[in-house]
Amino acid sequence: MSQTITTTDRKPKPRPDVIGGHTLSMHVNNQPGVLMRICQVFARRAYNIDSLVVSQGRDPRFSRLTLGISGDPAGLDQIIKQCHKLIDVIHCTEHTPGDAVVRDMVLIKIQVTNAERRTEVLQILEHFGGKTVDLAETSMIARIEGDSEKVDAAIRLLSNYDIIETVRTGKVVMARGELGT
Amino acid sequence: MAKKQELDGAQALIKTLDELGVEYIFGYSGGAALPIFDALETVKTNIKFILTRHEQGATHMADGYARATGKPAVVLVTSGPGAGNTITGIMTAQMDSIPMIIITGQQVTWMLGKDAFQEADIFGITIPVVKHNYLVRNTNDLPRITREAYHIATTGRPGPVLIDVPKNVSQSPFTGDLDAEIDLPGYHPEEAFDIDEDSIEQAARLIAMSKRPVILAGHGAMIAGAEKELMHLATTIGCPVTNTLLGKGVFPETHDLSLGMLGMHGTAYANKAMCECDLIINIGSRFDDRIIGQADKFGANAKIIHIDIDPAEMNKMIRPDVQIVGDAKAALKLINKQISPLDTGEWLAKIDGYKKKFPLNYKKQGGLRMQQVLDELFEVTDGKAIVTTDVGQHQMWAAQFYRNDESWKWISSGGAGTMGFGFPAAIGAQFACPDDIVVAVVGDGGFQMTLCELATAVLAKLPVIILVLNNHYLGMVRQWQELFFDNRESGVDLDGNPDFAKLAEAYGATGLTVKRPADVRKRLEEAMELRKNGPVLINAECIKTENVFPMIPAGAALEDMLIEPPKYKMEKPVGST
Repeated sequence: MSQTITTTDRKPKPRPDVIGGHTLSMHVNNQPGVLMRICQVFARRAYNIDSLVVSQGRDPRFSRLTLGISGDPAGLDQIIKQCHKLIDVIHCTEHTPGDAVVRDMVLIKIQVTNAERRTEVLQILEHFGGKTVDLAETSMIARIEGDSEKVDAAIRLLSNYDIIETVRTGKVVMARGELGT
Repeated sequence: MAKKQELDGAQALIKTLDELGVEYIFGYSGGAALPIFDALETVKTNIKFILTRHEQGATHMADGYARATGKPAVVLVTSGPGAGNTITGIMTAQMDSIPMIIITGQQVTWMLGKDAFQEADIFGITIPVVKHNYLVRNTNDLPRITREAYHIATTGRPGPVLIDVPKNVSQSPFTGDLDAEIDLPGYHPEEAFDIDEDSIEQAARLIAMSKRPVILAGHGAMIAGAEKELMHLATTIGCPVTNTLLGKGVFPETHDLSLGMLGMHGTAYANKAMCECDLIINIGSRFDDRIIGQADKFGANAKIIHIDIDPAEMNKMIRPDVQIVGDAKAALKLINKQISPLDTGEWLAKIDGYKKKFPLNYKKQGGLRMQQVLDELFEVTDGKAIVTTDVGQHQMWAAQFYRNDESWKWISSGGAGTMGFGFPAAIGAQFACPDDIVVAVVGDGGFQMTLCELATAVLAKLPVIILVLNNHYLGMVRQWQELFFDNRESGVDLDGNPDFAKLAEAYGATGLTVKRPADVRKRLEEAMELRKNGPVLINAECIKTENVFPMIPAGAALEDMLIEPPKYKMEKPVGST
């Protein structure tokens, strides 16, 4: 049996042009079009959104957004203010790993055609505290969760195997201690 | 049991606008807006509807109305192309912080996204050019949304707000609360009046230490109504005041302390003062690229205090030493409590020297110049007219020669630089101020973009004067081509202009023409008399190749200002457009 692996996931290339890796958290009105307004603030200023998590808040009138962005660091302060200026944005704050807990999760589908490789993959998963969430004859899906660096590291190690595809949630953050996010 | 009142959504909308005190709706009808237009007939209201000849004209009229009164007017158009034609006007208002409410008809909700007739995603299209916008999905939301739109448009840093109203939403029965309250958890304009005391003290310290201060007064000072406080500050500390294009009139330009407008085509003495001062007190200006030139050289030897109601303006173009976020009037009131006279005699004497050495002037021989027409307009109207302009050479000369002593009398598209703005804006201003002299100073290029509104002005018998400064060229672009592109003219010759005076007559207005410098005053006085019968157009045939000076090439430093035509070949500007 021959199987063609179709995947858009490639090994990551280093990107020296990108500065940053900033995380913004926003509390916004839960209404159609709000995301469009926010995305335009970034696009107009040539910022890329690397990750984006949106979900309804505890109070369903509001949503929580966590954005991972990269771009010119000198413009970040301006971006935050421009987001804050949107009528639909209740607040917008930048978080660093020092003041906030960051969590990211990846689902990773790997081709494993023999028992030996499967064992190796499982060992790596164990090291990262990952879980197998689907196991088929020639493939498996694993789940790895942690801060973004940990998830990056796991994907890097697993890249020695035949990865069929990966899906990442993007990071979510929560401020530590008494601070609000 | 009979219902007390049976309204549809459109009627609820018009009732709410009426309650909000809206005086004028400028607009153009169409299918998707039919219920709203019908409501204008069925609801008892004091709102006056003005039918324009193009939707863009409607937006500029609402804009002119707002710039003459500080109050918003409403634009009402239909969906698709009707809504699309408002974009330029909305953008113009957004760039210059002008309150405006734009109501667009829309296809019925179940047809949205299905490419139905005259359906356009105007909500999505306008997001980048509005302060806020709405697509209304429920009829009962109309009064609340209309109130929110009005509140957002008129508070904080003002701006345009668009409400897209699908036809089924405006047509359905209204069963909600007409007095529904606004609900804007993310919008707190009241914070502008809660000013950080520390920043005020820091500012007062910088002022006390300054020997060569300059006040830069912008549109924000006018919107805040800070004229008295500004005058008190300037005269108490003995500080010269320069103003932005949109700040014309907030400090009287004929006052001894006034330097007139600064920036790309500002006065030489204003720009020299900016270069040599040791303190810049910016009151409600956003440090536009047209006034700062090369950002890293702007105010390099000065301390900078920046007062702005919009926190996002802080550090955007210039990093100030003291940031005061808040209402300009409230901020100045606090600053004024902490100031005492400064010894600026030497500084003022130096500036007086510049005023004498580099006055604004022009040649009186060799044909009719726009500067002369504007200079005489200033005299004939005693500097009291509301002047609107288009964009280009005539605009800069008008800014230089028509000195404004009062706020709300200078109406010009600054940030967006919209050609075709001046004439419809004058119509809006004349509706707002029927007893004022309103003069639309326009070029032959811009006027032809919106001249169809002659019909609107004639129909309303508006006593508006349209001064067409006609050089048969897109003069400002030609000036740049002469200075920076080896005088290669490309796309600037307006060969084929109509006879503007005859055109005015064809619409039923009065048309006059002036060609000789000696006749200017006579024609202007004639127009002042004839305007009692309705619009008067003066076609002033001006010489073709005059250039505006002083000039700071785009992106160059203020100190690189050209006071007269350069004798050497200029580099192409790269810093800004």
